[in-house]
Amino acid sequence: MTASGSGFPTPGLFVSMPEDSSAAATAPDRHSGDEPACSTAIQLTVNGEDSILVVDHRTTLLDALRETLELTGAKKGCDQGQCGACTVIVNGRRIVSCLSLAVMHDGDSILTIEGIGDPQALHPMQSAFLRYDGYQCGFCTPGQICSAIAMLDEMRAGVPSGATSEIAAPPRLIAAEIRERMSGNICRCGAYSNIVDAVIDVAGGSA
Amino acid sequence: MKAFSYERVQSPVEAVAAHRHRPAARYIAGGTNLIDLMKLEIETPTHLIDINDAGLDGIEDMPDGSIRIGALVSNTDLASDQRIRTHYPIVARSILAGASGQLRNMATVGGNLMQRTRCPYFYDLNLPCNKRNPGTGCSAMGGYSRTHAIVGIGSCICAFLGDMSVALRLLDAVVEVMRPDGAIRTVPIGNFHKAPGHGEVIDEFALETGELIVAVLLPAPLSGSFAYHKVRDRASFAFALVSVAVVLFADGSGRVALGGVGTKPWRSEEGDAALTLGAKAASEALLTNALPTEHNRYKVELTERAMAAALEDAQRVEQ
Repeated sequence: MTASGSGFPTPGLFVSMPEDSSAAATAPDRHSGDEPACSTAIQLTVNGEDSILVVDHRTTLLDALRETLELTGAKKGCDQGQCGACTVIVNGRRIVSCLSLAVMHDGDSILTIEGIGDPQALHPMQSAFLRYDGYQCGFCTPGQICSAIAMLDEMRAGVPSGATSEIAAPPRLIAAEIRERMSGNICRCGAYSNIVDAVIDVAGGSA
Repeated sequence: MKAFSYERVQSPVEAVAAHRHRPAARYIAGGTNLIDLMKLEIETPTHLIDINDAGLDGIEDMPDGSIRIGALVSNTDLASDQRIRTHYPIVARSILAGASGQLRNMATVGGNLMQRTRCPYFYDLNLPCNKRNPGTGCSAMGGYSRTHAIVGIGSCICAFLGDMSVALRLLDAVVEVMRPDGAIRTVPIGNFHKAPGHGEVIDEFALETGELIVAVLLPAPLSGSFAYHKVRDRASFAFALVSVAVVLFADGSGRVALGGVGTKPWRSEEGDAALTLGAKAASEALLTNALPTEHNRYKVELTERAMAAALEDAQRVEQ
């Protein structure tokens, strides 16, 4: 497999995609401080599959997923961490992949929308977005769904939010909580109310 | 983005050693601010030192009743910690008032302290900015300055827009810093962020080149009632126009700190002392030397109103 990087906004992102893991040995040693190496071999587990890739240090996790691994579900909206369209789940936590460098994720386990479900086997959150019409153009939807799934895990773990009325008590499954916790995912079509309904349905509450 | 070399270190001592001969290096943890600035080439490090494995992610109870928060504790983990929620609710509240769920999962305590200004002129490389290019001038002065500071201004009028630091200022937190030689020194939070002064070079933080934040110390819990009131342009995921952190004690005295109005988290002895007289007196005391522009004059009145709301909240909740 070779780098698929035509038309990158930044130059020289991917040196190569080694065909087997032995190529990693030829990659610059990331711990040799004196070598001004600008790329490093990393191992990512994406949607359960291991990949070894050599990344230019400037490559964001989002670009590595989209351009090298050809997983284009996560979208590049603002590329500034403001829209949430690039949300993926890393080691169980939702992050914006545009503000993270791929090289910082060596050894990490990454879940993207492609690993969450497919048309033959939809994740309950995907079914709910369909059922509740939780989108219009669909551009923000992969990020919304990844965010919503990890957000419900956060709620189950007791993570509070700005909408939590008693800060020391477990959060309650109410629309105000969902809206606050999903504020990092912008939907320019304005499907917010249907998204909240879909998420509450999946979480077992009533919208 | 400019090319850079990269290494991942396993301890703070290794981190400062890696920085020692590379003044143009940067530490990276969550990356939520630094990577954004690197994309724009406002930050152009030649070497990145990834400190995520440096073992600074614990929250420890100290023998003197204080609590020591590792610099790499994520914003989410800090706001979720039961000790913080119970004994330092203002810390949890302030963190949860900022950013988004995704960003709080990534951002760390140390990085939160170090976040740079959000001034649009700082972000626009085509325009003069003393903070970005010392000596070029301040485009916000005479420009559009609705979000900018009204106190503590000098050759820069960027407002400090962070939330957590305002709560830390209220609590008199202490920042623990490792020097390049591995020795530890402490900086009171009130001295950590610097007002710009009137010189050409603007020092934003009380850190020397290569120094690394390793922890934040919260003094033993205060018994009082707390509130954090933030006013912004939308209900969530926006920077403060004005934010107010207050604590009220049983004897009627209290403390108050402001975000969004000063060039650093804003608190004064006069402001604390005037708090017993109410929001009007305290906000006047805090904003004594205010120099608002035509665009941000509203912040004077908004501070008083936000403080009144915060005082009302504190009288009602979270004993």
